[in-house]
Amino acid sequence: MRVRIQDAPFDAGAELNAFSGGNGVGAIVSFTGVVRDTDSTLAAMEIEHYPGMTERAISGIVDDAMARWALIDVLVIHRYGRLVTGAPIMMVATKSAHRAAAFAAADFLMDYLKSRAPFWKKEITADGSAWVAAKEADEDALSRW
Amino acid sequence: MNVMYFAWVRERIGVPFEAVETAAATVAGLVAELSARDDRYAIAFADITALRVAVDQELSDFDAPLAGVREIAFFPPMTGG
Repeated sequence: MRVRIQDAPFDAGAELNAFSGGNGVGAIVSFTGVVRDTDSTLAAMEIEHYPGMTERAISGIVDDAMARWALIDVLVIHRYGRLVTGAPIMMVATKSAHRAAAFAAADFLMDYLKSRAPFWKKEITADGSAWVAAKEADEDALSRW
Repeated sequence: MNVMYFAWVRERIGVPFEAVETAAATVAGLVAELSARDDRYAIAFADITALRVAVDQELSDFDAPLAGVREIAFFPPMTGG
């Protein structure tokens, strides 16, 4: 398990290459979340987190995924602090012998990271700032698992 | 115990964390005690269904007992990912 919580930007391609490889690996799935700017009003995103609990919560979610699927390894990187549009926010990568486990585990990890890892996003625009509200659909997504 | 606040809860209360002496038996009792102390808390805790609580860094609920607890955190639903 590789879990990193950081304010620094990261290169998702380089991270994926570094994560790749290993005995018995037949499938690698990755997801990268990026600061979206749909109508060109967003100046930046600020992400607050709960140091200590963040690491515990993510490690617990990864443990659950590894208990549930035959994974060889899991990578989670999540940023905090001020992020500009287009910048990577977080990434998840899974590797396993076969693709079904890698896809399912990545999907599970994303659903849980959204609603159970203690991060809070704030959108900064020219007019001010607003906390991003959690979506009911994100909470409902957990019942799939 | 150490009480922490995040996101808009922190902004409404005005501090990121504070040491609190409490006789409350549960998280809900602590919320009532703080709300009676100052409007800032009463406003932040007006609708606890909009809030989440972590007890010693584990997601918990408002019925959780406080005996032996070192750290409580209040925050809105998380928006990671």
